[in-house]
Order: sequence, then C-alpha cells, then structure tokens
Amino acid sequence: MGEPVISLRGVRAELGSRPVLRGIDLTVGRGEVVALLGANGSGKSTAIRTVIGQVPVSAGEIELFGVPRRRFNDWRRVGYVPQRTTAAGGVPATITEIVASGRLSRARFGVLRKADHEAVRRAIGLVGLADRAKDSVNALSGGQHQRVLIARALAAEPELLIMDEPMAGVDLASQEVLARTLREQVAAGVTVLLVLHELGPLEPLIDRAVVLRDGCVTHDGPPPQAVGQHALPGHDHVHPHAAHDAEPIRTGLLS
Amino acid sequence: MDILDYAFMQRALLAAVLVGITAPAIGIYLVQRRQALMGDGIGHVAMTGVGLGFLLNTSPVWMATGVSVVGAVMMELIRWYGKTRGDIALAMLFYGGMAGGVMFINLAPTGSNANLTSYLFGSLSTVSESDVTAICLLAAFVVLVTVGLRRQLFAVSQDEEFARVTGLPVRALNLLTAVTAAVTVTVAMRVVGLLLVSALMVVPVAAAQQLSRSFTATFAIAVAIGVSVTLGGTATSYYQDVPPGATIVLLTIGAFIALTALATPLARRRARAASAAREAGDPAECVIPASREAAGKAGV
Repeated sequence: MGEPVISLRGVRAELGSRPVLRGIDLTVGRGEVVALLGANGSGKSTAIRTVIGQVPVSAGEIELFGVPRRRFNDWRRVGYVPQRTTAAGGVPATITEIVASGRLSRARFGVLRKADHEAVRRAIGLVGLADRAKDSVNALSGGQHQRVLIARALAAEPELLIMDEPMAGVDLASQEVLARTLREQVAAGVTVLLVLHELGPLEPLIDRAVVLRDGCVTHDGPPPQAVGQHALPGHDHVHPHAAHDAEPIRTGLLS
Repeated sequence: MDILDYAFMQRALLAAVLVGITAPAIGIYLVQRRQALMGDGIGHVAMTGVGLGFLLNTSPVWMATGVSVVGAVMMELIRWYGKTRGDIALAMLFYGGMAGGVMFINLAPTGSNANLTSYLFGSLSTVSESDVTAICLLAAFVVLVTVGLRRQLFAVSQDEEFARVTGLPVRALNLLTAVTAAVTVTVAMRVVGLLLVSALMVVPVAAAQQLSRSFTATFAIAVAIGVSVTLGGTATSYYQDVPPGATIVLLTIGAFIALTALATPLARRRARAASAAREAGDPAECVIPASREAAGKAGV
C-alpha cells in the first residue's frame, strides 16, 4: 500500500442523537480502489460524508493526503460524486455548464481559461457524452445524469475520487461506460473510495472491500467472492430481486 | 416621442430598465435553488424598513435596503441552523415585517397607510432624483454580483454540497445571494412595489425556460423579457393611465403564456429530431442479447 490518501481513526458520528458511526478505522493508500459495502443504514454514506466534511465528527481523526481534514483546503485534488438521481436544478443547464462547475476548484476567481475549457471537454468525452455536450441535462436518462456527475468530478483532474453509489439507478449501457471510465482513471493512478450497494460490473477493479454494519467495520480485505451463478463470466448482476431490495429502502435517512 | 419630454418620465423609464435587468438577474439563481418565493418574503420584511424610514424621517429606500438585507441574512441563517420548524420561523419573519411596516408608518408624524400604498404597489411617477441615484448604485451592485460571480453562484445554486467540496466559500456566496436579492427588492420597490417584486424575479425566468436549453441563454432571455416588460409597462401606464406595477406584472405573465404556447411545437420538433437521431444509431426494436438467448435454450 502506498502512502495513505485517506485515513480515518476511531471516527464517530451522530445524526441527531442516533449514533451512525461507532468508531471506524479506514485507510486508503495511494492508487488503491476501495469499496465501502453494507446494507442501507449501515453508515457507509455517512462515512464518506465525514471525509469530505459534510457530516460533523464527534470523535476520532480524519486525514486527507496526510493533512488533518479541518486544515485541508487543497480540494482540487479531490473529485466528489454525490448520491443524486439527477444533475438538473431549477433552471435548464447544459452538460458543459454543469461539468464546468467541477473545474472551479482549479480556476482562480472563477475565471475559466482555455486549458480549463479543454479539461471540461475532456471530462465530458471520458464519460462518452461528447456529442451531447450542448444538450440540456433535462433531456438525459438517469444513467446519463450519473455520467454527467462523474464528468463534473473528473473536470478538476483529481488524484482522489470519492463516489457515493455511482451505480444506483444506472442502466446497463451507462454502467459499462462508468466501469470503463473508472478503469482508465485507476490505470492513470487515481485513488478511489466508493460506496456500492453491490460490487457489480466494478468488481474486477476493486482492490479492497470494507464492509460496514451498524456503524462498525466488520470486514476489511479482499472483496467478498461471488459464488455459484454469480461467479460466471458475463453475469451482469441484474437480479430480479435487486430492484425490490434497493428501491424502497433507498429513501433512507442517510441520503 | 413626447414620453421622453418629461423629466419624471425619464427617471421612471431609467428606473424601469434597471429593474428589468436586475430582478431576473438575481431571480434566476433563486429559481435555480428552488427558492422562487424568497423575493416575496424579502418584500414583506422591507415594509418595516419603509415604515422606519418615515418614522425616523430618513430615506425609505435606504432604510428598506438596510432592513431587508438584515431580513435576508436572517432567512439564510434560519436555513442553515433551522431544524424542522424553519418554515414557521420564516413565516414569523414575513408577517412580523409586514406588521412592523404598518405599525411604524402609522406612528410616524408624516406617514399614513396612503404612503405605504405607493411602496406596496409602486409609484413610478414620484421617483425622485435621489431615488434614481440610489437605484443606479444598487443596480450596479446587483449586476456586478450576478454577472461577475456567475460561475460560483451557478455552482452553489446547482449543487450546494458539491460546491463545498470544490472549496468554494459556500456560506459567503449564500449570504451574498441573499443580500443581493434584498438589494434588488428595494431597487424594484418604487417601480412594481414590494408585493409584486417577486413576480419580476421569477416569471421572466420561467418564461425564458420555455425556449432555452442552457443557463446562459436562460439568463439572457430572462433579462431581455424583463427589460421589455418594464419599458412596455411604463409606457403603457403613461398613455393609458393604468398603474405601472400591475401593468408590468400582467405583461410578464402574458409573455410567459405566449412563450409557453410558442414552445410547445418547438419542443415537439426537438423531440422528433432527437428520436430520429436515435433511430439512426440504435435498433428501433427490442433485441434479446445473444448470450441470454443461448443460456435460455440451454436451460430448456
């Protein structure tokens, strides 16, 4: 394992008065791809939201690139993909406009130069939406929305990608594009921490899986092996029961 | 153009143009963050400022600016720290602002509800030289913020959580948005009145959305609509002797209806073009993947 990019030690967090994280340890080394797995309500979304400072921590230490999170301000090194079903806001916006906001961490005073516009164009190309760059996001499918959100995170050319359920509600074609995009990023040396509901098409990329249960780490090691029919090559992990399991519960308190 | 012969009409038209630019310019960010009614709330709070202006015998415009800025900042703070009953706190702020306005203006020796009416519904023809100076200064501030910081404000209004992770000063930008909206309310107060100001912030943006696909185009079209209706409404009120504020708002809603009617065939044509493009690339009918088919046969 390379030098730690993310390091959590004894992190506790509460939402309201309910403890969601009960002292978790997690280290992600440079170039690693780590998946956070667990049932709904296990605290996996909260865990990554503490890393980016969106959820206050009641105890423990968090470091990003070796710097305590409170003092960390080099956000251009981090690309974040929040858990969203849509990239749209209350006003129409094109894919380029939304992805460009991901470049602001590298733009001084919000002025995008030629190189910045090129980086935005590149990021849109990486997720296979180059021909639709000037389209309104309102015209996109759910999977394409997710691709826009990932392009937005990639626009800053980050060293670390943090993704919250990037595969949730994504059609098969978009899943393949996302898996390929991620594979290219990993090959280029990007570190990845992602929350997943199931390993799915990303399985071959994942170095390590951390399983959370009731706010505690119950497994930290190689990804759980798929067995039986799941292990067959070409198995696309679209289970008839997955939709039932995933959908009604995902309205959970953690999102 | 005899309308331009009168100094009071020149002032009125200048104020109208500035409102036509500034109200949609800040309104688009409020619509984007789904706080379309924030302008309405600030308008209520600004009434206390107008009342205080009369009571303390100072300029109602500047007093209203001060009070509505404080009110807008309070709304933003309630949004941060507010737990479940944030809506109740906002309601109290709105109605407290309105009641405070009525109370102060009646306590003032020179004030009466008649004075208040000119601020509630606008009173273009009584815009004074000093009002115009104040409106120009405030409008310059609004344009500077909404155009100069458009990328930052776009990012924060689109996805606040993501904006925080890009290192943008989200709290400062939210406060700036609230302050700018408050300033815009007082700019528009003399033209369309406090009760109708929100219409000019929201309806041109909603109308522009019918035609546009990008944020930039929405911004430009909304400002164009804003300037057209404020100028058109002011001129109409001069020739027909109708209240300018109400005329402007009705014209804006008219523009919305007209553009919506125009946009329906446009959207249909776009959808047809898109589906034609799709058919060229993808097969039109459902295709069972070969591997699945083979697996199914093997199973039988």
